[in-house]
Amino acid sequence: MSSTILGAAAPAAGTAKAALEIRGLSKSFPIGGLFSREFVRALHGVDLSLGRGEIVALVGESGSGKSTLARCVARLEKPSSGQILLDGVDVLKRDRFQASRAYRSQVQMVFQDPFGSLNPAHRIEHFLRRSLAIHGKAGSATATQARLEELMATVGLQPDMLNSYPHELSGGQRQRVAIARALAVEPQVILADEPTSMLDVSVRIGILNLMRTLRDEQGISMLYITHDLASARYLADRTAVMFAGELVEEGESLDLLANPAHPYTQLLVSAVPDPARSGSYDPVRRAELRAAVMSPASCAFHGDPEQPCSAEQPVRHRVGSPENRHWVRCHLYRPAAGTAGHALAEAKVS
Amino acid sequence: MTVSQVSFGSHEPVLEVKDLTVKYVGDTRSTTAVDRVSFSIGTGEIFGLAGESGCGKSTIANTIMRLLKDPAKIAGGSIRFGGKDVLAMGPEELRRFRWQDVAMVFQSAMNSLNPVLTIGEQITDIYTTHAGYSRKESLRRAAELLELVRIDPVRLKSYPHQLSGGMRQRAVIAMAVALKPSLLILDEPTTALDVVVQQEIMAQIKELQHELGFSVLFITHDMSLMVELSHRMAVMYGGRIVETAKAADIHTAPQHPYTQALMGAFPPLTGPRIPLTGLADGVKFHNIPDLAEVTPGHFVAPFAATDTASAHNSAAACGPATSPALLEGAAR
Repeated sequence: MSSTILGAAAPAAGTAKAALEIRGLSKSFPIGGLFSREFVRALHGVDLSLGRGEIVALVGESGSGKSTLARCVARLEKPSSGQILLDGVDVLKRDRFQASRAYRSQVQMVFQDPFGSLNPAHRIEHFLRRSLAIHGKAGSATATQARLEELMATVGLQPDMLNSYPHELSGGQRQRVAIARALAVEPQVILADEPTSMLDVSVRIGILNLMRTLRDEQGISMLYITHDLASARYLADRTAVMFAGELVEEGESLDLLANPAHPYTQLLVSAVPDPARSGSYDPVRRAELRAAVMSPASCAFHGDPEQPCSAEQPVRHRVGSPENRHWVRCHLYRPAAGTAGHALAEAKVS
Repeated sequence: MTVSQVSFGSHEPVLEVKDLTVKYVGDTRSTTAVDRVSFSIGTGEIFGLAGESGCGKSTIANTIMRLLKDPAKIAGGSIRFGGKDVLAMGPEELRRFRWQDVAMVFQSAMNSLNPVLTIGEQITDIYTTHAGYSRKESLRRAAELLELVRIDPVRLKSYPHQLSGGMRQRAVIAMAVALKPSLLILDEPTTALDVVVQQEIMAQIKELQHELGFSVLFITHDMSLMVELSHRMAVMYGGRIVETAKAADIHTAPQHPYTQALMGAFPPLTGPRIPLTGLADGVKFHNIPDLAEVTPGHFVAPFAATDTASAHNSAAACGPATSPALLEGAAR
C-alpha cells in the first residue's frame, strides 16, 4: 500500500484560512481525593482545524473526550496545555483566566439538552434579548424587535413564539431557540454538542438541515459533536474520529466512512445499523478489529523506510489521494488510555 | 382479514393483542395512550414496535406484563398469550406468567440491578424463587447463564458497579431468559449504550433467540436498528398503529407519510448524500382510521393526500429548503 507520512504534528491541510485552530490541546482531570496526584487524561495532543464556513464532525464513543474538547474550546474548562487559535490569535494566551466577551461573541455553544439549557421562568424573547444586550447588539426598541423576529424566522419559528415559555415548546422547537440564542451574537463558530440526541427522531433531521443552511447562508463554521456516524456523514464536510482522548483518523466525511483505515473507525462503522448494507459484519472480523484496537500488532501503512511507524509517537499517514485530506494515525501507536470506563475496555474481560 | 391473522410464516401466534385501548384517567380529562391496537407475534418471530416518545409503545409493553398502575386503565380489547386470557389472570397466575412465560428487559435496565447484591445472588434468586432449585444447582445454572451471554462466571461475585454498562445490560438479558420464556419484551434495550456495545447486545439477542427459539417484542425509536433485527414491524403514532408489514417492506416501500418521515430521519451510511426532510415540528395526524391491506401482509391506515402535502410544506417552511445542489456543495 502506498502511503505518505505527514509527520508527527503536521497540521491538517487548509489551515491557511482556518477560522479556529486547535493545536496540541491536552486536558487532565485529577481523580481521587484532595491530595491525590492521579490524573485522567481526557485529551492528549489534539490538533484540529475548522475552516471558514466548514462543518467538522467529531465522532467517538462516550468517554472518548469529544465533549471535553468542546468544553475546552468554549472555555468552560481550562486546558492543561495547548493552543486555541481564533483568527490566528492564541486566545488561551490573550485571555488567560476566562474567556473575554469578545471571544464569546465569536464562539458560541449549543448544548445537548434543550430542556435544561433554557430557564423555565422566562419567555423565549428574554433569552434572545439578553444575548443581544450583553454583547452590545441591541439597537433601538424597534430595531431590536425586528432583529428578534428575524432570528426566529432564521431558525424556522413563528415570531409569536417569542411570548411563549419553554415548556410550551416541543424539544425540536426549544433546540431551535437555543440555536437562535447562539446566532443572536453573530458568531463565527458554533460548537454543537450532540444537538439532536435528546430530540425525537422525526425532528432531528430538521435541526441538521437548519445547521447546514446557517453555514451556507451565513458562513458560520461548526464543530458538530456526535456519536451518530450517519448524521456526521449527512452534515459534515470533514469528520474526525476520537478515541481515548486522541484523534485517530480524519478526512472528508464521505471518504472516511467509505474507506475507514483505523481499526477503531472500522469498528465504529461496522456497528452502525444500516439496513441498506448487505449482511452485518462477521463476528470473527469484529473480534480481530477489537484486538487491533486494544493491542495493535502491526500497522497497515508500515513500509516507509524513511519514517518508520512508531509505538511511542503518533504518526499520521495519508490515506488515498491528497484532496480527501484523509489521514490515519499509526495503528501501532497506543494512547496511554486514561479514559475511565471506556466501552472497549471490557473486551479484555469478556 | 384482520391484522392479527397475519403472522410470520405459518406459525401459530404466541401473543395476540386485539383492539387494545388504554387510557390514563384524570380528574377532569383522560388521555387515550393506546387506541384500538391489534397485532400478533408468531413463534420465534421478532416483532418490532416503532414510534416516538409518547406514542404508547411502552404502555403496550407494560399492559402485556400487567404492570399498569393508576391512573392507567385498560378500557377495552383483549390480550391472549398461548390461548390464555392475560387480562383475566389472578395474582398467582400472573406471578407464574411473568418471567416464566414472558420476560421483559426495561429501558436502561442495567440500572435496575440491585447495587448491594452481587450478580450471582441476583441470578440465583430467580432460580430459587421461580423454579425451586437448590442453592447449589442455582449457582451452577447462573454460571451457565453468564457464559451464554459471554461473561466470565467469576463475575458472579461482582457487584453491578464493577461491571461496565454493556456487561450489566447483558447480565440483565441473561436474567430475562433464565427461565426460558416463550416471549421476551425488549423496551429500548440499547438506548443508553454506545454504538459498538449496542451492536454486540443486538447480536447477542439474535444469537440467544436462535438458540432458545423465543419470540421477541422489540420496542425502539431507531428504525435502522429495528429493520435490521425484526421480521415484522408496526409503526405507532398517537396510540394508533399507522402501518404494519414485513420489516424489509417497510424499509423499501414505506406507505404512510409518518412512516416515511421516520425512515427519512435516519441518514444512510452508504450511497449518495441526499437531502432528507423528516417530519416538521407541529405536523399532526388526527383521527387515524383502521388499517387496510394494500399489498399482501402490508397494512396501512388510510390517509388523505393532504396529510402528505402538509407534512412536506411545513417541512419546507420549517426545515430550510435544502436543494440537492446545496448538498452537492457540501460534499465538495
